[in-house]
Amino acid sequence: MATSDAVSQDLSLQRQSLAAWWRSGDPWIWLTSAAVAASVAAVLGLIGLLAVNGLAHFWPSEVRAIEYERFGTKTKIFGEVSERESISRRQFMEANPSFDKRVPATVERWLIKTGNRQANPPDFRWLFEHDVITSSVPADVVVIERTEWGDAFGLLVGIKHEGESIEAEDLWGEFQVRIDRTATIRNEIHELQEGSINGINYELESIRLEKRRRQLDDNHEFSDLEAEEEALRADYAVIENQVFELTRQLERDSASFSLADGRINDIPISAIIQAWMPNGMSVWQKLGLYFKNLWNFLSDDPREANTEGGIYPALFGTVLMVLLMSALVTPFGVVAALYLREYAKQGPFVQLIRIAVNNLAGVPSIVYGVFGLGFFVYAIGGSIDDLFFPEAKPAPTFGTPGLIWASLTLALLTVPVVIVSTEEGLTRIPRAVREGSLALGATKAETIFKVVLPMASPSILTGMILAVARAAGEVAPLMLVGVVKLAPTLPIDGNFPYLHLERKFMHLGFHIYDVGFQSPNVDAARPLVFATALLLVLIIIVLNLTAITLRNRLEARFRVSIN
Amino acid sequence: MSEERADGHDASTEIPEIPTPASSIEEAPSPNEWKDEDICLTVSDLCLHYGDNEALTDISMRVVRRRVTALIGPSGCGKSTLLRCFNRMNDLIDDVRITGEIELNGMEIHSTSVDIAQLRRRVGMVFQRPNPFPKSIYENVAYGLRLQGGLPKSEIDDRVEWALKNAALWGEVSDRLNESALDMSGGQQQRLVIARAIAVQPDVLLLDEPASALDPISTLKIEELIHQLKQDYTILIVTHNMQQAARVSDYTGFLYLGKLVEYDTTNIIFTNPSEKRTEDYITGRYG
Ligand SMILES: Nc1ncnc2c1ncn2[C@@H]1O[C@H](COP(=O)(O)OP(=O)(O)OP(=O)(O)O)[C@@H](O)[C@H]1O
Ligand SMILES: [Mg+2]
Repeated sequence: MATSDAVSQDLSLQRQSLAAWWRSGDPWIWLTSAAVAASVAAVLGLIGLLAVNGLAHFWPSEVRAIEYERFGTKTKIFGEVSERESISRRQFMEANPSFDKRVPATVERWLIKTGNRQANPPDFRWLFEHDVITSSVPADVVVIERTEWGDAFGLLVGIKHEGESIEAEDLWGEFQVRIDRTATIRNEIHELQEGSINGINYELESIRLEKRRRQLDDNHEFSDLEAEEEALRADYAVIENQVFELTRQLERDSASFSLADGRINDIPISAIIQAWMPNGMSVWQKLGLYFKNLWNFLSDDPREANTEGGIYPALFGTVLMVLLMSALVTPFGVVAALYLREYAKQGPFVQLIRIAVNNLAGVPSIVYGVFGLGFFVYAIGGSIDDLFFPEAKPAPTFGTPGLIWASLTLALLTVPVVIVSTEEGLTRIPRAVREGSLALGATKAETIFKVVLPMASPSILTGMILAVARAAGEVAPLMLVGVVKLAPTLPIDGNFPYLHLERKFMHLGFHIYDVGFQSPNVDAARPLVFATALLLVLIIIVLNLTAITLRNRLEARFRVSIN
Repeated sequence: MSEERADGHDASTEIPEIPTPASSIEEAPSPNEWKDEDICLTVSDLCLHYGDNEALTDISMRVVRRRVTALIGPSGCGKSTLLRCFNRMNDLIDDVRITGEIELNGMEIHSTSVDIAQLRRRVGMVFQRPNPFPKSIYENVAYGLRLQGGLPKSEIDDRVEWALKNAALWGEVSDRLNESALDMSGGQQQRLVIARAIAVQPDVLLLDEPASALDPISTLKIEELIHQLKQDYTILIVTHNMQQAARVSDYTGFLYLGKLVEYDTTNIIFTNPSEKRTEDYITGRYG
């Protein structure tokens, strides 16, 4: 009896101490810190995953020469191993019912990027480890990045100049020299096209529109325009000739490569962007190339239906759109919040409006896209065209999706956020400070502009930060109001008025969708999807950090009185 | 930023020598000797309601120009409310109902033709708690001047310096005019808001417990400041400190539960009050 008593006493003691532990709040600390740790891990995991998958793409990885046998045929290829995985025997047998050898419990398979899409398709293939006969790393395999058809792999065997083989002591050096030379020529052509030819086209278009405008005004006096047009066309012909000559120079050289199976593949040097021999490179050389590739990714135009090349226009479009959106949404939201908080008589009606504004933030973004298309693009844009650009009809100027409409739609989408946080800032300003201003003879408006708004500026910026974070990540509504897969020109260029608000633009979010889901070559595009996603996240982070730094500065300056 | 950190240090050396003004030597005339031209503010039958709650009942009083008039009374009796009537600060509060009249130099301040901003420029106010703007010391004092517009920079500089000197603050801040006013001590902030109020050179200065949060030395500075300012301004001061009222004021009004119980020269109120409640309050029997 005595012992069982003692036991039960002990138990009750223990239970008490457990309860005490619970009451002490320690579990709560653990719970909260675990929640924070989980969030941090999620964010870091996200960025880490994107970084690993996306950034590895730019590393010059080794190229193997592989000989394998399938169904009795032997094949030799060059290729990069881009993925390894094990599948179960069952999965293997389902995919290869006719396989007659003994299969181990798991089968190793490799995804090989073989390049040479034109000469030796497909450019990605799965190999089973047991099919591989030999696999080596030859030092002199060349990876050739081309303007079309993706990468090529091969051994450099010769260089031709206008069809004639040329002798060279240092074949590789000569090859590089010629690549550099074509690159220079390509740049010259690009500059002529982007600069002069675009400019002339732009002016010709203005002249056409001016003619049409005069026609609409019943003025048929065109002689001045025609003279101008004549001069422009003459200029155009000169430049066109230059381009033609340069293009001819460009096409003179070609290089011959031997594929793994011994076939010879001729590639015009004009089609080569760069070439390297990854297996013979030191780590430092690889690093140099890595950063060069990364830079090209950021600064180049996309090629091959966006699956190759860079993402510069999308990067540019995203940032420009977000900046425009902020410039539109901030004044609008602040003014609305000022009215709601400072001027409107507080009552059920204002409260109702406030609730409505808050709920606007919950409307699915695609709905804003539809609204933007119907209201901004067709109604407002269409009216602008009728009023100011009748000469361009039937081609729409503003009555078609474009940068300004996308920015406005996103501004509408994010304005509740700005209103709510500005209002919050306004309510936090102590009454005493307002009274201090009024007591010195300031009117209400003077008080708002000189004291209240500066003090509310950190909250306004907080609103802007939230708006930017939301807007930069939106894709769905943009597809309706201005984003395209491939924009022919950037929204900013050297032609008056420099910022072309009516132009369509590219956007990283849509770019991800396009490359990931719409591209014909999923395997080639996948790393770019990750890299682009990483870039989008980084841009949002950078935009936010900038705004946060600014806000903290303002907060330090306008902190509320400490007494 | 507590007040203890005070500007108490070498304060005494920095107090400028204040010449004793003539008006404080000569005995303040008692209310029945007041001449009409000496009257700055006239309050008649003033009632004020916050919603259903009557805060001021039938106040009638006159305030003499270039004198210090103190308002005393227990907490919640309506001193601040009355003070805020003079520059129509109560207009900012919803649900306030005011009846009765207040005349400033013969002009009814509630009449529709009065420009409230102009009124407030002429009737300056220092609030119960210092409320500097989150701007630099200089900008705080220049704020009211900039509102007037069109003043040249040199003029503003001069007036800022003049105001800070009069508020006995110049010596402490002359070399850090561009620092934030929020970094000042409580006592300095209080003198700063006084400087801010006098910089625009109002006719009337309303001081709502200007020394309630200050250490004795800062309080002394402010009292000397009031002495000096009354040469040019009509001053109304609310205070809980009987000695202070006795020291600085010429006239004293005792408010109790929203009513002006007694109003006379400070001398009479403190030595020979006619109302029992006044005497009880002054001698500390309640309040
Ligand atoms: N904004 C307001 N809304 C409603 N009632 C108010 C308001 N301000 C003051 N009151 C009421 O008016 C009465 C007088 O207040 P007031 O602030 O004038 O008192 P006070 O004499 O200045 O007191 P204290 O010495 O504590 O400052 C109090 O009963 C108070 O509750
Ligand atoms: Mg008070």
